[in-house]
Amino acid sequence: MSGSRLITAHRGFRQPNRRELTAALGLSALGLGGLALSPALPGAALAQTPDRIVIAGGVITEVIYALGLQDRIVGIDSTSQFPPEALKQKANVGYVRALSAEGVLSLKPTMIMLIDGAGPPDAVSLLIESGVKIARIADGLSPDGVTAKIAAIGAAIGAGAPAERLAAQTKAGFDELATLRSGIAKKKRILFLLSLQNGRALVGGRNSSADGIIALAGGINVADAIEGYKPMTDEAIAAAAPDMVLMMRNSSAHNVTPDELFAMPAFSQVPAAGNKRLVHMDGLYLLGFGPRTPMAARDLMAAIYPEAAIPPLKTAAAP
Amino acid sequence: MSSSSLTTLIAGRRRAGLLAVIGLALACLFLTIVAIGQGAISIPPGRVAEILMARLTGDTSLLEGRDVLVVLNIRLPRVLLGLLVGAGLAVSGALMQGLFRNPLADPGLVGVSSGAGLAAAATIVLGDRFLAGTMMKLPFAALPFGAFCGGLITTLALYLISTRGGRTSVATMLLAGVALGAMAGALTGQLSFISDDRQLRDLTFWSLGSLGGASWTKLSVVAPIILPLLLLMPLLARGLNGLMLGEAEAYHLGIPVQRIKALAILLVALAVGASVASAGMVGFVGIVVPHLIRLSVGPDHRLLLPLSALGGAMLLVGADIVARLVVVPAELPIGIVTATIGAPFFLWLLLRRASLIDV
Repeated sequence: MSGSRLITAHRGFRQPNRRELTAALGLSALGLGGLALSPALPGAALAQTPDRIVIAGGVITEVIYALGLQDRIVGIDSTSQFPPEALKQKANVGYVRALSAEGVLSLKPTMIMLIDGAGPPDAVSLLIESGVKIARIADGLSPDGVTAKIAAIGAAIGAGAPAERLAAQTKAGFDELATLRSGIAKKKRILFLLSLQNGRALVGGRNSSADGIIALAGGINVADAIEGYKPMTDEAIAAAAPDMVLMMRNSSAHNVTPDELFAMPAFSQVPAAGNKRLVHMDGLYLLGFGPRTPMAARDLMAAIYPEAAIPPLKTAAAP
Repeated sequence: MSSSSLTTLIAGRRRAGLLAVIGLALACLFLTIVAIGQGAISIPPGRVAEILMARLTGDTSLLEGRDVLVVLNIRLPRVLLGLLVGAGLAVSGALMQGLFRNPLADPGLVGVSSGAGLAAAATIVLGDRFLAGTMMKLPFAALPFGAFCGGLITTLALYLISTRGGRTSVATMLLAGVALGAMAGALTGQLSFISDDRQLRDLTFWSLGSLGGASWTKLSVVAPIILPLLLLMPLLARGLNGLMLGEAEAYHLGIPVQRIKALAILLVALAVGASVASAGMVGFVGIVVPHLIRLSVGPDHRLLLPLSALGGAMLLVGADIVARLVVVPAELPIGIVTATIGAPFFLWLLLRRASLIDV
């Protein structure tokens, strides 16, 4: 079948369908309007109906909980792991990139908040068709990106002012961090190790969230010749000569120990092996890029430069 | 055996086959109704029937509310897509097994799946890079269209490789299919290596298959590609029955062997390409369903093909009910469900066959 026939087939079918849908939506809007005007059910009652928000994107959940508006959330995606009670309290609509249109709609949402990259696109277009209000939130790994994200989430749920406060505090945290960073005389070299399966090192390269947090903490990412999370050869690791290795803390407490890591040939000769500098940090805290990020970056900085006695941030992010 | 008892046997078989077709068609209809009625949003059966009737009679007064959107724009296209894709994959499997005279042949063998997989991977990974944007900004058709073309091109290449002087060698095709599959796999691997975290996850979910993205638009593109296979299969049945005797024998029986081969491969490539493009990779339907049917009604393609279509449609619609109900409000990829059902069944089938062959 040729491309042009495909396109005609698509057009020929789509038009009447869309018209019917518009008609149906128009009718339901009319119906709602009628309800609002009828004396038995005053319009104010409709306006007071609490929000029912479905969220796809862990950082959105984190911000809304930080704003204390979690009562408005009815469903979250499986990446919403902070605060930990979120997944216990709310329905789970699945992984952020594998949403089910009917599943999301079954929670009767009045608003759906999607982080950049939520999908699949087909499901998202069905959600748009359903007429539920959709708020799309841009993701970002820079301080500006994080504060913009917080402000956008607040604006979408009508909590602009407290969200601006949270954003301002987060920004103050980043500013304070920048001052601390400028005090570092000699930057240390950090390797972020995502996993060590079968002795094969999967590291965080350029444009990864690990790269972002290492930069914020005043370190140098030794894997920045690699794009994203990729395997790195043993020789390259040895040549990169990291002063410290950073890993995520494993929830099952089955962490790689410094003895195990630095016994491996690739790691045995690097500077980090000298005093067995392997640091584990909570993955979400470290790589979440939300309101907690300035604190996470400061904790990482304190771990990288223990001799510098990095002070805690004065501004704790809370609205 | 006297000729009269043979006639009785054949008549009996035919009656049993007819009963099987009617029975399976009714079961399929029942499952379709269940599938339209069930979902994350519970809608009373009466309301579903009301919506469907209103849509058929054009009575717009009843067509309002979210129920209508869910039934007409999410569930109905999804169930219909499931029926089409399931039927298309199962018939393709039956055709391939008949054509290769090998009970283990499946549509993936002619390179459609691997070619479509490669093209989809390219769309996901390189589409981002060259069209400068997320999947969200891509036109909705890029991935399915790419996958469809990829499958078709691979099959065409395979056909050209294995055809010499107007004769297609199925043995060459089988081996060349393995080679092209490996090549497509390697290129897909390269693409997944250069992909970022997000693209890699897109690839993973795509390769697990899902009917989740069904829409009338998608259906209107897929149906005209898969339906011809379902409508033309009676034309192929006699030829495939003849082919069971061997190619030369079939040729001497007056069966247009080359034409049958070319038509079967073309139809399979189209149908599987369209299935993969619209629902991702859904494994095991094409291999398991024809086997089950062959075990129960014998190898006559006049029955095997339509019964496979019904069986495949049922398996996919049934699997989809499981996929969208077990983890509500989330959804399992359907490939996981069909493989979970299909793989143990396939193993059982193999063991059964082995004992039959060994004795």
